[in-house]
Amino acid sequence: MFGQIREITWMNLRNLPSRLGSSSVIVVGIAGVVAVLVSILAMAVGFRAALESTGVPNRAIVLRGGSGGELSGGMDRESVNIVSQMEGVVAASGELYTIADVPKRRSGTPANLVVRGVEQNAFVVRPEVKIVEGRTFEPGKGEVIAGRRAAEEFAGIDLGATVRFRDSDWKIVGIFEANGDVNESEVWGDVKVVQAAFRRGGGVSTMRLTVDDPSVIGRIAERMAKDPRLDLQIRTEQEFYGEQSKRLSSIITGFGYLVGVIMAFGAIFAALNTMYSAVSSRTVEIATLRAIGFGGTPVVVSVMIEALLLALLGGVLGAVLSRLIFNGLTVSTLNNASFSQVAFDFAVTPQLMTQGLTWAVMLGFIGGLFPALRAARLPITIALRGE
Amino acid sequence: MSFLSLIWAGLFRRKTRTVLTLFSIIVAFLLFGLLRSIADAFTVGVDVAGVDRLIVQPKYSIIDPLPISHASQIVHAPGVAMVTHADWFGGFYQERKNFFPKYPVNPREWFAVYPEFRIDPAQLDAFERTRTGTVVPAALAAKYGWHVGDKIPIEADIYPKKDGTRLWEFDLVGTYDTPSGDSSQNGSVFLFNYDYFDEARQFGQGQVGWFVVRVADPSKAAEVARSIDKLFENSPNETRTATEAEFARQFANQIGNIGLMMGGILGAVFFTIILLTGNTMAQTFRERVPELAVLKTLGFSDALVSLLVLGEAVLLCAVGGAIGLGIAALLAPGVAHGIKDILPGFEIVWQTVVLGLAIAVLLGLVVGAVPALTARRLRIVDALRER
Repeated sequence: MFGQIREITWMNLRNLPSRLGSSSVIVVGIAGVVAVLVSILAMAVGFRAALESTGVPNRAIVLRGGSGGELSGGMDRESVNIVSQMEGVVAASGELYTIADVPKRRSGTPANLVVRGVEQNAFVVRPEVKIVEGRTFEPGKGEVIAGRRAAEEFAGIDLGATVRFRDSDWKIVGIFEANGDVNESEVWGDVKVVQAAFRRGGGVSTMRLTVDDPSVIGRIAERMAKDPRLDLQIRTEQEFYGEQSKRLSSIITGFGYLVGVIMAFGAIFAALNTMYSAVSSRTVEIATLRAIGFGGTPVVVSVMIEALLLALLGGVLGAVLSRLIFNGLTVSTLNNASFSQVAFDFAVTPQLMTQGLTWAVMLGFIGGLFPALRAARLPITIALRGE
Repeated sequence: MSFLSLIWAGLFRRKTRTVLTLFSIIVAFLLFGLLRSIADAFTVGVDVAGVDRLIVQPKYSIIDPLPISHASQIVHAPGVAMVTHADWFGGFYQERKNFFPKYPVNPREWFAVYPEFRIDPAQLDAFERTRTGTVVPAALAAKYGWHVGDKIPIEADIYPKKDGTRLWEFDLVGTYDTPSGDSSQNGSVFLFNYDYFDEARQFGQGQVGWFVVRVADPSKAAEVARSIDKLFENSPNETRTATEAEFARQFANQIGNIGLMMGGILGAVFFTIILLTGNTMAQTFRERVPELAVLKTLGFSDALVSLLVLGEAVLLCAVGGAIGLGIAALLAPGVAHGIKDILPGFEIVWQTVVLGLAIAVLLGLVVGAVPALTARRLRIVDALRER
């Protein structure tokens, strides 16, 4: 039987070129589905990666009790001092998180750029932040450094340029990188100057802590709860950013699957059409084979193999196209959880490409199965008569 | 046999193929309906936004506060008919994921500026009288099972009360109706008394988030906006005034190139499906050349035969397009609900449906044109010999 399967399949594949037009329908259709599915999911994966890579296990974020993010946070200097002297805290940085409207380069309309007021400890707490151009800001001066991605996305955020945020002008004296994480979408300046310009008195929004061991964080939380002077909450950065990324990435993923499924139906119809006409154009041929003793199963298998091969070809094409076009492409969007623009890269990972190929094979299987069954069921005598 | 039934017979010559082709056209136009509407939501902004309303927001960022005293100056600006204010309360009901916008407002002013939100006058009186009163859209009350007289606890994340507690309790005194199809953010707001809010909150007294202005003459909206901004130029609280539609568009633009990207990907997809469908249909007609020759032999004129071919293509595409757009319209309310926090203003407008149908008919004409022309030029002898 395997001999028969091989013979028929080989024969089918050899005359594929004569059916190039209709066969390409399967390839193009399935390539489209896979490319779109993989690209949209790559957006979700990339967004999650940008947020989650910001978190390090031994780093924690402190927010005001009840507040859901840095923007709605707020604490006085005393709270910051109390927490930074707690046992197990290696370094602490009080930071003011504010937002300025700055036009985006692409659309020209204003979007939310994070202006973070930091002290020197911000760099101690985040060793991944590195100045790659220019220099760092001088404390007490109206100078800021801009994240690489903020500079790419926002108009006027250029090294050496002056921008206006709130009450004063700021000179951009440096560009920093931070492994492509969320901080790179921000602009940083001296906390005291930012407080004055944004009229925030002496308060800050949040604190970042590094601890000597992640288990310390639970103990700090207990101490915070007991201290009547404090109304604060502490979470690991990973937990904080994981939560922030959850909503948008699950919406993008859901959207990707919705569009993917709708398109998959389109591709299945196209594949069915192609395979049905492939079978019907070979009616006489198949009937002849059956008449000289070939079984039904080899006929079914051969049609299936043809459909699967075409589908796989489409899948590979789609996945490779998606990777070539989108992988690493930077986009930026409003993260509702932080009310700020976050830039991230599409991540067309091998897992996503494999997932795309799996879809392709499934679509090819469905698209081939029914035409294959019809081919096997053709009554030989009628088929030989030619209609 | 009438002309139409002949077209019908032609379509059902190969039932499977026609049905499959129809399905792929349906899928294409289903996607078209949804995607076009997403693109619309980005570019046109919120359709229901009033042209006679302006939003006055802080110049540098929506997160900055404005003093409520601005209102008394704005109302005297030339061309201003009415002014009111609102603020972003944040917070959540029971769980963080139960999110809906909450604004502290002046009850009577709010409903005067937004006359499309209809409320029973007695309930509006009650809202004004009850310090801790709230009114919500009827749909929101239904969603959480609230009834007039219920106490609704809201957990604050931005605004604690003076005593440091974060639980605000409101008394539901009424519900209001929003125009059908309104998916804008303003139509889903939990409203409560600004006076109570301002007195009870821990900080920020005398401040509001933004002002809403109604202009006397919508055609002069741009001038009025400029003159309002001029009032506060070089003051500590400068403003940026724009029409409500522009404001909504700018906000939607914040989602930015992620939206454009989706639009781009999906546009390509739509055309792929169209291409596939066109290919299949053209193939069908090629197979039918001998049949057309028979019709000519029977005395059908050249024009009639080519019209027949064209008619079939157009009918198939139009029916597929109509069904696809119909399904899209059925799905639209669900999609709008799912994405209203991210992209308010998603709806399938009649223009989209008309455009879709026009494209469907055009597709039929394009796909049918070559076969129709071939059919017209067909010489009976040649065509019959091919068989």
